[in-house]
Amino acid sequence: MPYAVPTLRALRIWRRDLESWRRYSVSFLVAALSDPLFYLVGIGYGLGRFVNAIEGVPFAVFLTPGIIAFTAMNSATFETTIGSFTRMSEQKTYAAILATPCSVADIVAGDVLWAASKSTISTAIVLAVTAAFGLVRIPLAPLLLPLGFLIGLMFGALGMVVTAKAPSYDFFNYYFSFVFSVMFLFAGVFFPLASLPPWARGVAWIMPLTHAVNVARALATGVGWGTIPGDLLWMVVVTAAAFAVAERLVRGRIQV
Amino acid sequence: MSAPAPVVEARELVKTYDGRRVVDGLSFTVAPADCLGLLGPNGAGKTTTIKMVTCFAAPTAGTLSVFGIPVVPANHARIKARLGIMQQDDSLDPDLTVEKNLTIYGSYFGIPAREGARRTADLIRFAELAERRGETIRNLSGGMRRRLMLARALLNEPALLVLDEPTTGLDPQARRLVWERIRTLKRRGTTILLTTHYMDEAAQLCDRLIIVDGGRIVAEGTPDTLVARHVGREVVEVYLGGDRSDDGAVARLAAGPWRSERVGDVLYLYLSDGAGPSFDALAGLHFARRPATLEDVFLTLTGHGLRD
Repeated sequence: MPYAVPTLRALRIWRRDLESWRRYSVSFLVAALSDPLFYLVGIGYGLGRFVNAIEGVPFAVFLTPGIIAFTAMNSATFETTIGSFTRMSEQKTYAAILATPCSVADIVAGDVLWAASKSTISTAIVLAVTAAFGLVRIPLAPLLLPLGFLIGLMFGALGMVVTAKAPSYDFFNYYFSFVFSVMFLFAGVFFPLASLPPWARGVAWIMPLTHAVNVARALATGVGWGTIPGDLLWMVVVTAAAFAVAERLVRGRIQV
Repeated sequence: MSAPAPVVEARELVKTYDGRRVVDGLSFTVAPADCLGLLGPNGAGKTTTIKMVTCFAAPTAGTLSVFGIPVVPANHARIKARLGIMQQDDSLDPDLTVEKNLTIYGSYFGIPAREGARRTADLIRFAELAERRGETIRNLSGGMRRRLMLARALLNEPALLVLDEPTTGLDPQARRLVWERIRTLKRRGTTILLTTHYMDEAAQLCDRLIIVDGGRIVAEGTPDTLVARHVGREVVEVYLGGDRSDDGAVARLAAGPWRSERVGDVLYLYLSDGAGPSFDALAGLHFARRPATLEDVFLTLTGHGLRD
């Protein structure tokens, strides 16, 4: 099966996702605001009182970019796993759209773009709150928004790979337990990876979230620029590869 | 004068899944303004054929063109731009209102917003859903959903309308309303390709029929010629109680001069010229005499066994 490239028609699917989201937007915004706030207050300040400064910054300041990157991952992952699976399998929305000039590549790209848009929205919310508490360095902080978008594209495309292979909703438990949660705990959100033994650092390097956290931390705290070009390149390559794989798998599933 | 170019032209179409030939050398055409019905038992290859015509499945062998354009991935968008497809499954957007379901669907075709809104208003009237336009799909009955599915398939003013089992699961009243809408489209000259396993639906709507079984065409023609050719004019159904099943009177009835068929407790006599058994021959038997229908053709050609 050859690879396929999306067209601008993907934006029509993005519009559809936006329209249908309006009904749920309030609950999404409330969750996007409250979840990271609980992490920051509970862990940042609560646990932070027992933790000395990490890498020269207070624990809450260290933690903030990790939470921002995690939030972006979270929004996009739920959108293209539970959300896209519902559209593909339960609602037959993909089949309906495929009866129009839009292709599978357009549909997958539209859903991934929408996932990235949601990531950007939730990134903006966390950024606004943490900036108000003085937890991010203001001059570079706006760059966290396009980073949130890129993180959303990457995890949106990765979630789509899982969705394409999922026989039912239960299948996502594996992804959430063995990939999502592992990254949450071991990709540098809560502690610097330098403290890990070399083999564990190698495992962490494979995790997409590690690179997202590295970039977010450099932008939010102004230190740790060394690995950034490599991190960004890594993210772009994984995003493109995941998209190509997801598109082929979804096509093999609904257009045979 | 040559015939107008066909809207759909399939030659020796084959589709194989895991080595099984689901469609096995189908050739047919759909002429402009024609309504062609594809009939067949479950698993006959109807839906697979529809999937190939609508760019959802690639043929394994044979040639297929729609609007004179070969059905290959590079042409999918061009073909689908002029196709209206009403799928078997309900695929309406449950998060959107009736109206939004249509305007958003119009946007997939690149129909400009103002034009999309105009067509949406027209089609909501056509589907008789004016009072429901602001409601979400969850609040619609099965019949309303089917009508909305039909309206949605018309948004791009298609040159070919494909209806895959348009009334499956509807109650008789709702079916008749959908049929009435489809007949309105036929009067306007819409070209239609339809699948169904309701024989009354095929007789009501189709100008021409193809009966498929095992991926092959087993009969083809107008509903009337199919009935005349394969069954005749009338059918006598003799209901055999357990004790009457093997007596001499029944054996003589089965012997003809007409074609007969025994299915379970019923003996069917197919009368091609109207001449049938005398009342004496049927004395004491529980029977009914009725005109032959497409259902008789279907069962004659595809057998009485269950297909699951």
